[in-house]
Amino acid sequence: MAKDLQAAHAARLPENRNRALTALTDARVGLGRVGASMPTEEVLKFAYAHARARDAVHADFDVETLANALEAIGHRSVSVRSAAPDRMTYLRRPDLGRRLADDDRERLDALQTEGVDIGIVVADGLSATAVHVNAVPFLAALLPLLHSAGLTVGPVTFVQNARVAVGDEIGALLRARLVLVLIGERPGLSSADSLGVYLTHGPLPGRSDAERNCISNIREGGLVPPLAARKAMWLVNESLRRQLSGVALKEEEATLIGAAAEG
Amino acid sequence: MTYRIIAGGTLWAFADLKQLMAKATPLRSGDVLAGVAASSAEESVAARMCLADVPLKQFLTEALIPYEADDVTRLIMDSHDATAFRPVAHMTVGQFRDWLLTPVASPAVLSALSRGLTPEMVAAVSKLMRNQDLILVARKCRVVTRFRNTIGLAGTMAVRLQPNHPYDDKRGIAASIVDGLLYGCGDAVIGINPASDNIAVLSDLNHMLDEIVHRYDIPTQTCILTHVTSSIGMIERGVPVDLVFQSVAGTQKTNQSFGVTLDVLREGRDAALSLKRGTVGENVMYFETGQGSALSAGGHHGVDQQTCEARAYAVCRAFDPLIVNTVVGFIGPEYLADGKQIVRAGLEDHFCGKLLGVPMGCDICYTNHAEADQDDMDVLLTLLGAAGVNFVIGVPGADDIMLNYQSTSFHDQLYIREVLGLKRAPEFEAWLQRMGLTDAAGQLTHHGLDHPLLTILEAS
Repeated sequence: MAKDLQAAHAARLPENRNRALTALTDARVGLGRVGASMPTEEVLKFAYAHARARDAVHADFDVETLANALEAIGHRSVSVRSAAPDRMTYLRRPDLGRRLADDDRERLDALQTEGVDIGIVVADGLSATAVHVNAVPFLAALLPLLHSAGLTVGPVTFVQNARVAVGDEIGALLRARLVLVLIGERPGLSSADSLGVYLTHGPLPGRSDAERNCISNIREGGLVPPLAARKAMWLVNESLRRQLSGVALKEEEATLIGAAAEG
Repeated sequence: MTYRIIAGGTLWAFADLKQLMAKATPLRSGDVLAGVAASSAEESVAARMCLADVPLKQFLTEALIPYEADDVTRLIMDSHDATAFRPVAHMTVGQFRDWLLTPVASPAVLSALSRGLTPEMVAAVSKLMRNQDLILVARKCRVVTRFRNTIGLAGTMAVRLQPNHPYDDKRGIAASIVDGLLYGCGDAVIGINPASDNIAVLSDLNHMLDEIVHRYDIPTQTCILTHVTSSIGMIERGVPVDLVFQSVAGTQKTNQSFGVTLDVLREGRDAALSLKRGTVGENVMYFETGQGSALSAGGHHGVDQQTCEARAYAVCRAFDPLIVNTVVGFIGPEYLADGKQIVRAGLEDHFCGKLLGVPMGCDICYTNHAEADQDDMDVLLTLLGAAGVNFVIGVPGADDIMLNYQSTSFHDQLYIREVLGLKRAPEFEAWLQRMGLTDAAGQLTHHGLDHPLLTILEAS
């Protein structure tokens, strides 16, 4: 029977697709070949995955739908833009994506909040698709945790064409003790909808990436949003308790997880 | 010193050599982002005209990054070989280009010259070159290195088998390794980018690779691409490390941002050498580089990204590496915006490295937010194959599921072998034949469906 199957494989193209390998990894193994080259089916599958990732990079950020969904769970929001005027400029000028547009900075400043524990920023980053799919499920899980811990939360701030560091400026304007930035991660071929969450204690323009903690790959099929929210809550508590974020916190997290794994 | 030239009836002036070099660079987004690019197409060509008249010797007296401020500049200046430099010492950058293209600049002559050249000289001449010049001259530069096989011989091209997995699952990694070996890949190195930086996980992966290579007697080397200090840590614990890996860049400040110094690299090399694991040679280092890293780390000192990159090769060559890899399109469109810029950068990096005597390979790659696709990778692969690249990357289906970018596939290397007749490292080629995977011409003959290498999966 096995021999027959092999003969059948050998008789048609791709004659050498290696199914013993494909079950073991999501990598594109065992594709078979036509001469030296990739079979048509695989070339087209790859092209489709790339097209999906490209579309995610260039998708419009649908803030209105997200704001409505947040309002439905009782949370207000505000929408601003980065200093990058359009998507192509945004992709080539990360410096502009890290700053607010001037008039939006004034608008946020005019809110004159009295200071909050937690600022929440939702940025399109490199995949608005990731934000569309995962931001509300994540916040729906996180906000009750924050509230029941007695923490005050500022208005969720949506930012278009933004990088992680824009949260420093927004957090400072909202006078937040720490800021969480939810942002669409760079899409890969296997996942175009992966959300990242970055935590920065004492947000101020000029903070370095070493002063942040990150939870990445938040999506169905990766780290599911409710679990990601619990991880974020742990980081929030520890960050507020120790009054810091970044490498120092990460080391402690690794130790705790290591101890848990050993115990 | 100010540099001036009249072109098209306009007087163009450039404040110093650093500015002249930056403005002479073919357009790329990273130099625009840094604010060092030419402000017009005309200014860029005027800068090239002006640069063509600069004597090569000028680069020995006018440092782009001050000697006192940067240990890479010190390395470059202190290790310059004036005797080797003598054949071209009287030339301008433009004359140097012309000379490189003549048959007088033979493989032997270029090999003898390499230690007489600084990265800045090599970067400068590359800026005057068309893509075809970069190919033609690089093809004449032979840099041959050895560990358990011989890489860089004329008419050969090796492949790094890159079996990454998002959470370092050993069965998943093993599946990618088997797949790659069945396609005849892995002679440059079998090298994993681990997701973890935990030393126990890294050691476990290293043991797994060592076991595969020794059990099947594969004439190749393995590498866990982790920080040099982690590799030193593994070696101290008796883990069988073949190659020590590190990302490096062309300025001290950028290397600091990677957490490395020249001293630490020296320690890493000494540690690897102490194990005496190479059978045919002692090239024990694997470096990766890429245009844009210096700007990204805020360590570029106003120097254009291509010149910073060439300076990284001076760091590499000080440690006699087995392989050096420019990960050309990985960093994103803010540094190399599209296929055209990625192709140009790949050719420049390969040319500069080879002329400096560095065993250059290229990770021909792009990310999904760059204006590029697999067609652009085909172009660069074909050009680098023609240019004599020492090795390229082989990832299953060109899709790296751990690093989330696209590189070249096991199929792609077969394509370029077929088009250009490129062979593998000879020891590895002979092993593939012994394993019944290829014929005497190096063509794949086995379907791999029931090959003995599949037993690797059972052991992992």
